[in-house]
Amino acid sequence: MSVGSLRQRQSPLAGAGTQLQILESVPVPSFQEKLEGHGLSLQAAEIEILQVNVGKLCNQTCAHCHVDAGPDRREIMERPVFELCLDALDRIRIPKVDVTGGAPELNPHFRWFVEQVRERGRHVIDRCNLTVLLLPSQAGLAEFLAQNKVEIICSLPYYQQRETDLQRGSGVFERSIEALRKLNHLGYGGDGSPLTLNLVYNPVGAYLPGAQKQVEADFRRTLLKKFNVSFNHLYAIANMPISRFLDFLIRSGNLEGYMERLVNAFNPAAVEGLMCRNTLSVGWDGRLYDCDFNQMLDLEVLRGVELRGLDRLLSEPPMENASRFFVSSRLRGGSGAVFTTKTRRRKEFCGFEPIQSVSLRRNLVAGKTCHEFHELFQRNRALHKENLSQRRSA
Amino acid sequence: MEHYYHRSDLLKFPEIGKESPELWNKFLDWYSSVFAEGALTEREKALIALAVAHTVQCPYCIDAYSQVCLEKGSNLEQMTEAVHVAAAIRGGASLVHGVQMRNIVEKLQMS
Repeated sequence: MSVGSLRQRQSPLAGAGTQLQILESVPVPSFQEKLEGHGLSLQAAEIEILQVNVGKLCNQTCAHCHVDAGPDRREIMERPVFELCLDALDRIRIPKVDVTGGAPELNPHFRWFVEQVRERGRHVIDRCNLTVLLLPSQAGLAEFLAQNKVEIICSLPYYQQRETDLQRGSGVFERSIEALRKLNHLGYGGDGSPLTLNLVYNPVGAYLPGAQKQVEADFRRTLLKKFNVSFNHLYAIANMPISRFLDFLIRSGNLEGYMERLVNAFNPAAVEGLMCRNTLSVGWDGRLYDCDFNQMLDLEVLRGVELRGLDRLLSEPPMENASRFFVSSRLRGGSGAVFTTKTRRRKEFCGFEPIQSVSLRRNLVAGKTCHEFHELFQRNRALHKENLSQRRSA
Repeated sequence: MEHYYHRSDLLKFPEIGKESPELWNKFLDWYSSVFAEGALTEREKALIALAVAHTVQCPYCIDAYSQVCLEKGSNLEQMTEAVHVAAAIRGGASLVHGVQMRNIVEKLQMS
């Protein structure tokens, strides 16, 4: 698996535009077509979650990261933007604040922000990578989270070292188990405890997650038996084909196959539970999105509207088919699909809308590096344009 | 044709149903019922399928059920053990036929 962020490697995939171009070239039906095929439409609901992405800085460089986060990334949320988030909370009734990154705890304002949100009586979720809890610079972090009754949603792609380290880096599994034990010791994940500890499972490669119930049972049994670790719930989530996971899919020759599998696993019953229906996502610089995945693809709710413009956004008349707001970018092609396998349990997978295109299909072959792929794309695009203009002139 | 087996041929599997759709549909219904969760979990059934795929040495089945096993939450260690079970039964099946050999030799040779 790869190491280093795409930005650090100067990969063309570090840019959202290149990613979108590549994704749009994969010949699979669009999310909108799938919805229409099932007689469905995606409607926004009340905002229940303010998801705040506090930056791309992270102590890990996971091979599948949709944020392209890492120790080299310096984009982090500054205090004024945090204050705008708090201002938004003061004005709008949003019950949950979901703090993510990067490793959100590495933002120097993290603890202050959590305290401010808790003072306002809102529930706080911390998307934690576990190993951050053991960093010398983060002494007392686990205790702080417990004191503030912060719900922890942490990533653990598998209950064994091999798979976890393949995705998240050498030694991560061992440290994750140590961190989980620490959290258990503080009362997290225990029966009847008010401290919630949830795990996130996502496949370590180009395949989809299995039935959440079964995976959760396997994790629960093995983690307890082998490591004496307990947790509340496990969420099985499919990997989003963007950023570093997209890079892996291209390099391994799995992009087309993965996309086909993903689209074939579309589950109309899960559309209602799409996270973008009730989430407002804030970027480190204050821009607004339907979800964290759209954020990474620069697909804003309304281009140029930041937190300061929230009032304007809220006063926008609801779009057609929308029960409330923030629907424009969704219907336009911004986000989301929920794909599940045979289970009806919710799995979140927010996506994009690939556009039918045949020009690139021939070149979706195994072994292409991202650079080669990008070059091919540009060449094919030029050829395609040339063909079009020739046809028009003929 | 350079190879008898092509990965893309797996996608043509439904073409088998063209001449006898009724039988094909019955097969599909039966097949999906077989792999649904019952007394055994879907994950256990996928591991059995992977082992059998190695026994019948079907590259399509090995491709499909390696992926299904991963999707059902199995890991490489478990999948390797399943393949060893298949190999042990194949090896044991050959070896146990040595009894036949011994019976014949016993009958033919002077004791």
